[in-house]
Amino acid sequence: FLEFWFNYRHVANTLSVYRSVKRLGIPDSHIVLMLADDMACNYRNPKPATVFSHKNMELNVYGDDVEVDYRGYEVTVENFLRVLTGRLPPSTPRSKRLLSDDRSNILIYLTGHGGNGFLKFQDSEEISNMELADAFEQMWQKRRYNELLFIIDTCQGASMYERFYSPNLMALASSQVGEDSLSHQPDLAIGVHLMDKYTFYLLEFLEEVHPASQANMNDLFKVCPQSQCVSTPGHRTDLFQRNPGSVLITDFFGSVRKVEITKDTINLTSSLKPLIQRSGSGDMQIESLTYVDQLPVAEIIHQKPKQKDWHPPDGFILGLWTLILLVFFQTYGIKHLKHIF
Amino acid sequence: CEIKQLSDCLIRLLLDRRDGTRTSEALTPAAAARDEFQEELVIRPLHSGDIYASFQFRTLWDTDFLQEGQKVSHYRLFPKSLGQVLSKFSVRELHISFTQGFWRTMQWGQPFIPSPPGAELWVWFHDTVSDVDGNWKELTNVLSGIFCASLNFIDLTNTVQPSASFKPLGLGNATDHRFLRYATLPREIVCTENLTPWKKLLPCGSKAGLAVLLKSEKLFHSSFHSQAVHIRPVCQDEQCTSKAWELRQTLNVVFDLYTAGQGKKEWSLFKMFSRTLTEACPLATSSKVYVDITDNPELFELSPATPLLSQAVVLGDRRTYSVYDLSRAETFGQLRSLNLLLRWKGDGEMLRPLLHAERYVAGFGLQTGEIHTVIYNNHPYRAFPVLLMDSVPWYLQLYIHTLTVTSKSRDNKPSYIHYQPAKDRHRPHLLEMLIQLPPHSMTEVTVQFERALLKWTEYTPDPNHGFYVGSSVVSALVPSMVAMNTNFTQDQPLFSSFVPVKEESSYFVRVYTEPLLVNLPTPDFSMPYNVICLTCTVVAVGYGSFYNLLTRTFQVDEPSLPLAKRLANLIRRIRGVPLLT
Repeated sequence: FLEFWFNYRHVANTLSVYRSVKRLGIPDSHIVLMLADDMACNYRNPKPATVFSHKNMELNVYGDDVEVDYRGYEVTVENFLRVLTGRLPPSTPRSKRLLSDDRSNILIYLTGHGGNGFLKFQDSEEISNMELADAFEQMWQKRRYNELLFIIDTCQGASMYERFYSPNLMALASSQVGEDSLSHQPDLAIGVHLMDKYTFYLLEFLEEVHPASQANMNDLFKVCPQSQCVSTPGHRTDLFQRNPGSVLITDFFGSVRKVEITKDTINLTSSLKPLIQRSGSGDMQIESLTYVDQLPVAEIIHQKPKQKDWHPPDGFILGLWTLILLVFFQTYGIKHLKHIF
Repeated sequence: CEIKQLSDCLIRLLLDRRDGTRTSEALTPAAAARDEFQEELVIRPLHSGDIYASFQFRTLWDTDFLQEGQKVSHYRLFPKSLGQVLSKFSVRELHISFTQGFWRTMQWGQPFIPSPPGAELWVWFHDTVSDVDGNWKELTNVLSGIFCASLNFIDLTNTVQPSASFKPLGLGNATDHRFLRYATLPREIVCTENLTPWKKLLPCGSKAGLAVLLKSEKLFHSSFHSQAVHIRPVCQDEQCTSKAWELRQTLNVVFDLYTAGQGKKEWSLFKMFSRTLTEACPLATSSKVYVDITDNPELFELSPATPLLSQAVVLGDRRTYSVYDLSRAETFGQLRSLNLLLRWKGDGEMLRPLLHAERYVAGFGLQTGEIHTVIYNNHPYRAFPVLLMDSVPWYLQLYIHTLTVTSKSRDNKPSYIHYQPAKDRHRPHLLEMLIQLPPHSMTEVTVQFERALLKWTEYTPDPNHGFYVGSSVVSALVPSMVAMNTNFTQDQPLFSSFVPVKEESSYFVRVYTEPLLVNLPTPDFSMPYNVICLTCTVVAVGYGSFYNLLTRTFQVDEPSLPLAKRLANLIRRIRGVPLLT
């Protein structure tokens, strides 16, 4: 993925939304972050371990405590659909699973290169709008979500939500079918465009939202009108049961946790006492344990070769001999056997 | 306590709760196991103007995860996530490292704890495990979740079972190599998302002690960055009658003179880490900073000066260190912060490291090639044996009959060779050899290979980048110029007590070579090529059949005679007699 440095803005997009969502209260255990390219520690990044969203390098959206669950080659269409539908191999760790139930509100944000009806993954595969709609239907059947907000920032993004048919879905896209989504501004030091226009204005809007904010979805639909974005953002609410004006932004972007704050100061005690020698138990004779020799040359040289079990002859050899015998007997017949043996 | 400092408040609350339970534990000593935490930072200035910083955080816990009937449920300093992993998978030893960059032995000397580029994981399982491969697969998945790395790409195609290398670094007597698994992912990237969970495993997190220096913007702007976790059973005390679990988290970083140092040969803690030290971790029994001043005062000057000095024999050399003890308040001085300053005065010559290895691919084209591994023994008069372990993926088909080992242009027969051939798509090659290196010589190991053609689904999304072959591992007992310390004491600094020392005259060292990047014959995945292929096939099949139909004529063919009759005909022709039909 060293060749795809120009996709820096996709990573910056995703990280901006990740940052906003974390700031509004959703913990890492409830976020599945998939980044297909490594931009922060890429050798082309003049400031390692940083991803900037603004050309004055004010905001490092990569931060100090990011947790990427799927990265590099793991970001495939198959893994994405498996995460959504929950059909993962049993040994998958919890941080890589979407552990949602019928009372969870899910926010899905996708960005990248796309076209009419598809989104590209890693420049080698695509996910189509029909697959996405079917995945959401599977999620609905398994009651994996209560309400779902789908945001997509790609070219012709509106085509991706055209085929949805499950209830309680709301979708937002950065451009209509036939339009391209444009990137915002290049940075001369990094050499590529830093963010896409739609996500930039979305981030600006979200920076003003705080956990107790009463902003609703209608405000979100107004983000980035055509005068700012050049493309026309679209949205779809017909499958959603509630009125969008009554849905709070923090229903999807944030979460409120109960925290009790204390005003008492606590003095830290001094450091621990030095080690207490543990007295041995007198009656049992325990032999002392030893470390293993790291390079026991004599032992290695005289290592007995492992006993090779006798295996019956390989299938190929058996087959070959059978073939030879078959040909022989077919040509000459069994009656010649007594002449030979 | 305001909301801004909420996380600090929570840490203090938790620390207090831990201390509270500790005092109540003293009343019931049988139930609780004692644990302690030590941290240290070693700064070694390098002759090229770069600086090498090595952090080690050690947690010792007197308990046995694997004891029958005793379920460990109270975790204090030892992280619970790792403790649960150890008991669930019956792990005896676990070593995992994430490295960005390659350690340049010739310019920087030997590291305290070596590691290959990418990710490396080797695990010794307990002998009670019946299905080692199953445990290994699940363990890699769990670790990939803990460290946010793609360790789930470790499967049987890149796992090997070394037969002589990677002996356990912890206590034990039985070493049946059936319970050892080793895998490396040379392509794995290390970034902040791996550092964050690593820092969370520390008892003080990154809030107090030496871990406050671990800022990712500075750590990844370096020539070499390696973070590792080593878990093993060690002796609890000098009599060594019972075991304790040791968790060592190490972080080695080399800051480059030109990129991080702006060309000035002057280093300080603030310049390296953009932070200074203000306090020791309250949960640590010892928190120290060591600065290597063996080459002082000719090479550089160090301020603030400290009266505490310590000598240690490490890597076969006696080095002197200035010690800054962070548990003492006077270390921090008037400003209540410690910022070490090292200013270079002159240039010096570095001692050549005794053991050094390189590896490269020779040959041309996309069909064959040759792997050359070169090992240098720079000792003037002593010869010593090295164990070379090579793990080559199955798609480079090695021809072991072309394996040659030459030293000083003469054939050098290894005293032990273990070779396990690869099985396509199942197993990689494993080659282990014990080679005696003559003094002051260069030994070259060459083997030819052929590149395989993969199935089109097996190519990565960027196949033209190439495919990585993991580093070779050279393990050796190098003769030491100074007598090594074989006694185990609790007061030894952490950097000199990592590898157990059995004899005084040599020390164990492990050197990793470069990973290789080979190009495999890649089909052209681009659209025009596929379109041309498809069109030509359709045209050939369509036009070809049509042409055949129009121009083909059928003739009656004489049936061919069986072999016996044909031989008889030959003899009859010679005799001049009419032939058979």
